[in-house]
Amino acid sequence: MFGYILRRLLATIPVLLIVSVFVFLLLRLTPGDPAAILAGDAATPAQLERIRDSLGLNDPLHVQFLTWFGQMLQGDFGTSLISNTDVLDMVSDRLGPTVNIAVMTIIISVLLAVPMGVIAAWRHRSWIDFAVMSFSVLGFSVPVFVIGYILIQIFAIELRWVPVQGYKSPADGLGAFFSRAVLPSLTLATIYVALIARMTRASMLEVLGEDYIRTARAKGVRENVVLFRHALRNAAVPILTIIGTGFALLISGVVVTESVFNIPGIGRLTVDAILARDYPVIQAMILLTAGIYVMVNLLVDLSYSLFDPRIRY
Amino acid sequence: MADIPTSRPSAFHVLTGIFALPKGARLGAGPAIAALVLAIIVMASVCAPLYVPHDPLSMDAMSRLKPPSGEFWLGTDPFGRDIFSRVMTGGRVSLLIGVGAAVVSVAIGLAIGLVAGFFRTADGIIMRIMDSLMAIPAILLAIALVALNGPSLGSVIIAITIPEVPRVVRLVRSVVLTAREEPYVEAAIALGSSMPKILIQHLLPNTLAPLIVQGTYICASAILIEAILSFLGAGVSTEIPTWGNIMAEGRTYFQLKPGLIFWPGILLSLCILCINLLGDTARDLLDPRMKKREG
Repeated sequence: MFGYILRRLLATIPVLLIVSVFVFLLLRLTPGDPAAILAGDAATPAQLERIRDSLGLNDPLHVQFLTWFGQMLQGDFGTSLISNTDVLDMVSDRLGPTVNIAVMTIIISVLLAVPMGVIAAWRHRSWIDFAVMSFSVLGFSVPVFVIGYILIQIFAIELRWVPVQGYKSPADGLGAFFSRAVLPSLTLATIYVALIARMTRASMLEVLGEDYIRTARAKGVRENVVLFRHALRNAAVPILTIIGTGFALLISGVVVTESVFNIPGIGRLTVDAILARDYPVIQAMILLTAGIYVMVNLLVDLSYSLFDPRIRY
Repeated sequence: MADIPTSRPSAFHVLTGIFALPKGARLGAGPAIAALVLAIIVMASVCAPLYVPHDPLSMDAMSRLKPPSGEFWLGTDPFGRDIFSRVMTGGRVSLLIGVGAAVVSVAIGLAIGLVAGFFRTADGIIMRIMDSLMAIPAILLAIALVALNGPSLGSVIIAITIPEVPRVVRLVRSVVLTAREEPYVEAAIALGSSMPKILIQHLLPNTLAPLIVQGTYICASAILIEAILSFLGAGVSTEIPTWGNIMAEGRTYFQLKPGLIFWPGILLSLCILCINLLGDTARDLLDPRMKKREG
């Protein structure tokens, strides 16, 4: 087990290394000059040159990369070109809202999607199966922000149950937090539910045709025990996998949803940084999200053995 | 150079053969309706300049944010432009981006995938690079690419293409890995066929069917990503009406004029829904096992 974890962790090093080379080249080889952003419009060529020098932009490319990479390994992600604050501080300030909303989304998604998929497979080809499948095809087809605006229109503007936009941390009161977090979480959950419900249904359909399910039913095991204990556990691995790979969708969704609901999280931070060409922030954020994605998928792979004792590492 | 004598069927026969219905199978009405709806949306978008009642770009300060009327069927936007004309015209660029991104990413992914699947030495390096690209969230990568390369049509297509390429590569590679063990490929290698000939004549046809399915999904997701990019302010230049741009402008006026988001949103969702349904149909027809290869 530990050997496996170690090997997997070592395997993430080349991935993250390539990501960082890629991000570095992406930002350095495309038009756009960080020094010009920093200097403003009124800068003279001499001032510009001084700033370029101090940022190390006149060094050869590989020297720039190694300097940047070395600093990063020491936990120094640089300072923002726009706000002149430490990138790591900026990110940790904005992490809370995103993590809270993401966790809520995952909980909502799994609680909704798994039973949906199980019931759809159980009542295969019934109206309920048709409804679940329609929802999951539809969930993939509507842009995240359109879902967000539909929910705002219904629940915030027409019914006035919750505020339109904004964010309050759970520390300011759970009621205030939930009333503002529920719409963004539901918005984000739509596509995730569609994905997980679809995979649960497919995986369950396969398992429900197995002999041991027939045996369990024949010996009189109650149907919900058959479904949730015998079938779902055996169907769990593909479902877990899709929760892991779907995490990329969640990250993309966070970026959009935070803009719709005006949430000060890392998604907004990244978009603002990209649009303002705040290079250090962009580099840090892309690496961070790539790292999170890789780690989540490692955790997912490790969790297989919890559900399926045949899998050993 | 000796070649294996083959009577190759034409590309058309390969494709019609691939998608032929199994005996006794019925498709049902769903795919037919999806194809019809999609055809109507595509025709309506492509022909939009012929029939829309107003110039989608002409602004009129006197008729800002008008409600729907006989003159302006869906009302006007904050600049006094006709929403109906804009939405119908907007579909052209959105669909073009969808098709463009699908074609480009399939072409690039096919080339890289063939190489990765056939040349074992290149495989390791190529796949590590592809894994790394897949670890970067598609939307972030795409916004960064547009923000850095400028808001042109080409740069948006490229930005949507790059994150999609690794998925195509993995698919093509997995098909090639299975196909290269087939006796006819081993025979071709043993007989000394040239490398390009083996790749193009023997391996490429195996990848066509799964690629068509993958291409439809990429097309659908590209239309979605275009909308998201425009929405975040990193799409095609705002002077060009696209579904994404119209919705992006609707953000500020959402409470006054929800139609600015909902009308393009409905058309776009309908369009993606139909493309996805057709993709699912094609996949089911092809081979139920294909789903497993995608991972």
